[in-house]
Amino acid sequence: MTPRQRRWLFAIAAAGLVACYLWAFAGLPGFGHYPGPYGPEILKHAIAQTNATGVVSAINFDYRGFDTVGEEFILFTAAAGMSVVLRKLRGEREGRGEREGRAKSPYDRARNRDLPPTSDAVRMPTLALVGPVVLIGWWLAAHAQANPSGGFQGGVILATAFMLVYLSGEFLAFRRLSPVALLDCAEALGAGAFVAVGLAAVAQGLPYLDNFLPLGQVPGAVSSSGTIALISFFVGIEVAAAFTLIIGELLEQTLLVRAGGR
Amino acid sequence: MAVFPFLVVAWIIAAGLWGLVTSRDLIHQIVCLIVVQSSTYVLLLGVGYVTGGVAPYFYDISPHAKAVDPVVQALALTDVVVEAAVTALLLSFAIQAHKRFGTLDPHDLAEFKG
Amino acid sequence: MTGNAVMDVLQVTVLVLVAAGATVVVRTRERVRLVLVLSAYGLLLAILFFTFQAPDVALSELTVGAVALPLILLLAIAKVRKRPE
Repeated sequence: MTPRQRRWLFAIAAAGLVACYLWAFAGLPGFGHYPGPYGPEILKHAIAQTNATGVVSAINFDYRGFDTVGEEFILFTAAAGMSVVLRKLRGEREGRGEREGRAKSPYDRARNRDLPPTSDAVRMPTLALVGPVVLIGWWLAAHAQANPSGGFQGGVILATAFMLVYLSGEFLAFRRLSPVALLDCAEALGAGAFVAVGLAAVAQGLPYLDNFLPLGQVPGAVSSSGTIALISFFVGIEVAAAFTLIIGELLEQTLLVRAGGR
Repeated sequence: MAVFPFLVVAWIIAAGLWGLVTSRDLIHQIVCLIVVQSSTYVLLLGVGYVTGGVAPYFYDISPHAKAVDPVVQALALTDVVVEAAVTALLLSFAIQAHKRFGTLDPHDLAEFKG
Repeated sequence: MTGNAVMDVLQVTVLVLVAAGATVVVRTRERVRLVLVLSAYGLLLAILFFTFQAPDVALSELTVGAVALPLILLLAIAKVRKRPE
């Protein structure tokens, strides 16, 4: 089938698909006229039941906490899957390196890289920003109950802080700051602690992931909302470790390319 | 205005699928998948929007203010993180394909059997 | 009522920009340029989510879609680049 025929076939099929979509959208109650009972019900009772003024975080970590456990494990599995997929080929790469007479680790190869040193204009801002970025990421992950933030956003920002260290040209510092074993432990700790919080509720005879910690006095304060803040903190650790692992795996791959051969 | 966001969603889906079908590069195909997935965020948030509503955060406003639906926002949040995880895994497959076959052209990759 | 009208105009504008951005993303063929355009598209989406009164999702889209995803894509592109042997 030639590309032209493929495009015409796609155009016909896409027209049918878009027609079905538009027919389905015509049955929706129009933009801005949300009728459903679920949203207003939760809005009525969320603050009273969880003492969290950030209702979206309350839904994510309390009302629909089970969905969040599943989504945590999607991220966990993706990081683990990447390690498996890319590690298998790394064995072949090391072999070829021996044939060339240089069976070195990626760290030795990193030192032999013939790249120009990073300019000071890049190094200074990136290194100066690492501290504030870590602080902001941590703050966002720890304040899910009042801010429009939470474990996910804070975790990704924490992972970007590690990337800033790499961008400033200090790959060896990056690897020393975030060795793979430590990241694996951190990721497992984050995911496992989330599950453990749920099981702690079961141990007290409550349903899984029930909000059993004291809810605090002031809605939206740091110490309020029970398990929501705790779970958000652990989710932040797990997401940061997962993203740093993913980026670290790809970085190792690029280093192997630069050492010699494809 | 009542249907315009949903028209945009249909357009984004169509554009992403068209790019997927006519692509000659695996990386470009992965980015088109990202675009198709982004249409679902717009759809979710479009369904939950309430005219005149505010964001569902009541730290400094009255808890009885009219707010948009928070449930679809929680779903869209999860959706965004899942997109990143799936993209990372797809990219590792693309890297492996490049190492094995030397090319990232889907038309050439389809030729290899076994 | 003027508040609603302003919000409507804002949302329609950003929706049009998002549709245009999606078209530009799928029509870009070079890899590095594609990553940069994707990052801009992520920013446009974040602005759209702000106008839909969803700051949570906007922050998430900003960090993931405009920072973390382009980083991952750039690393993968560096890996599969044709090197002058």
